[in-house]
Amino acid sequence: MPELPGAGMSLPGTALIAAEHVCVRFGADEVLHDISLKVEPGEIVTILGPNGSGKSTLLRALLGIVPVAEGRLLRRAGLRIGYVPQRLTIDRTMPITVRRFLSLPTRVTDRAAADALARVGMAGQEAEQMTTLSGGQLQRVLLARALLGKPQLLMLDEPTSGLDQPGEAAFYRLIEEVRHQTGAAVLMISHDLHVVMAASDRVICLNGHICCEGTPRVVSTAPEYRALFGLGTQGALALYRHEHDHDHDDGHPHHHRPQHEHDHA
Amino acid sequence: MLDDFLVRAGLAAVGLSLATGPLGSFVIWRRMAYFGDATAHAAVLGVALALATDLPIGLGTLTVALAMAVTVAGLSARGWAMDTTLGVLAHSALAFGLVAVSFFPAVRTDLSSYLFGDILAVSRSELGLVWLGSLAVLGLLVWRWQKLLTATLSEDLAHAAGIDPNRERLVLVIALALVVAVALKIVGALLIAAMLIIPAAAARSFARTPESMAVTAIILGAVSGLGGLGLSLWQDTPTGPSIIVVAAALFAVTSVVRRI
Repeated sequence: MPELPGAGMSLPGTALIAAEHVCVRFGADEVLHDISLKVEPGEIVTILGPNGSGKSTLLRALLGIVPVAEGRLLRRAGLRIGYVPQRLTIDRTMPITVRRFLSLPTRVTDRAAADALARVGMAGQEAEQMTTLSGGQLQRVLLARALLGKPQLLMLDEPTSGLDQPGEAAFYRLIEEVRHQTGAAVLMISHDLHVVMAASDRVICLNGHICCEGTPRVVSTAPEYRALFGLGTQGALALYRHEHDHDHDDGHPHHHRPQHEHDHA
Repeated sequence: MLDDFLVRAGLAAVGLSLATGPLGSFVIWRRMAYFGDATAHAAVLGVALALATDLPIGLGTLTVALAMAVTVAGLSARGWAMDTTLGVLAHSALAFGLVAVSFFPAVRTDLSSYLFGDILAVSRSELGLVWLGSLAVLGLLVWRWQKLLTATLSEDLAHAAGIDPNRERLVLVIALALVVAVALKIVGALLIAAMLIIPAAAARSFARTPESMAVTAIILGAVSGLGGLGLSLWQDTPTGPSIIVVAAALFAVTSVVRRI
């Protein structure tokens, strides 16, 4: 695992990963300011924000790719993370089959590879060349590879950016299914509002700092969220909103937190 | 058997391809072709340095090639405009090397052997060095293979898996410097990059996995080496360029076969 400041230190409560007052700077630019968040086992958390709001940077900081200027990152000791990047551009000069790709960087058995492909709806595609896959197929293979590490936490960076709307909805259903089957927590980034919100337990609204966070319903009515995304999505949200039958502990102290209305079933 | 200069030359060509096959594949995947050129051209400067200090030629070329490779890798990690930077470095290194070598009159007449190689004059000890260097490079690449491939596919995926892409880049840089030092005698400074790229590019046509591409590149490299040797004997052509001519012909054939 990459060296993280404070990695391995004890985490508050049951959280898998947490950021405490994290700031990230590129030169003189402060891209992320005072970010505090944590992800609990089994929950689906979505980071939502406009272009340039630092979403990808936040995920990359949590992964240890981007150094943190201030604050600290905490990980549960031995945490297994599965990472699905926003896109993977494989140079056409590299011949590589789906099967071979699944064995990077850790070699897996044929059986495990076949199971992982079946789980993401790509059964029997082992011999395909990675460069010939469609955007949706590629995302599924990336997810399969991430699942092979038996992750406790899946981190996905705009996993549906190359997909059409039905593909997108199907991919989020797949994520929820995976969460059900494996119990893995999911932390993902999105710029799109409707489908993602429906698939999330908790939404964090980001624009350099955390503007607001809470359940999809709470966030969609927060003034900070409306200021960022406008009001046009209310109807769509109402259509897609669904009920989750589990509890959240609302232990996310943050001064931007909107008024929470608790209406869990 | 090793007493025959032809046997030594053939073995040297085969030994070199053990390293250039897999390393050349990485050079192609990572688009490092110009990078290979800069490192190889720096070897001529290394020859001059070795002559000036009475060190073995191999050590001089290895040192300067390594310095050049590390410099270029460092600059690229800092996001320099590589096209221009490499263009400046590659050709300056060659020009400085040629000027420096000209101060040693004894070498002047021999200069073409550094530019185009002199595989027919490979001695027993040089043959040993070729195999030692090539096996070292092959061993290094096999040892780091999974990590190198992951870092080549995506630096982010590598990072997330706890692999440091910069370290893997350094591994390739060291391997490249070693190959340059080894290949100088065989194909010469001007054509080392060709020996890396052309067999691997030809192998791309048949390959379905990175491993099969690397192995096919080794075979095509060896065939080019032996074929070039034959061409050189038959038509009395310079051997280093002849090897590359055969490699280029193989590339042309495989490209056509792939179309059909």
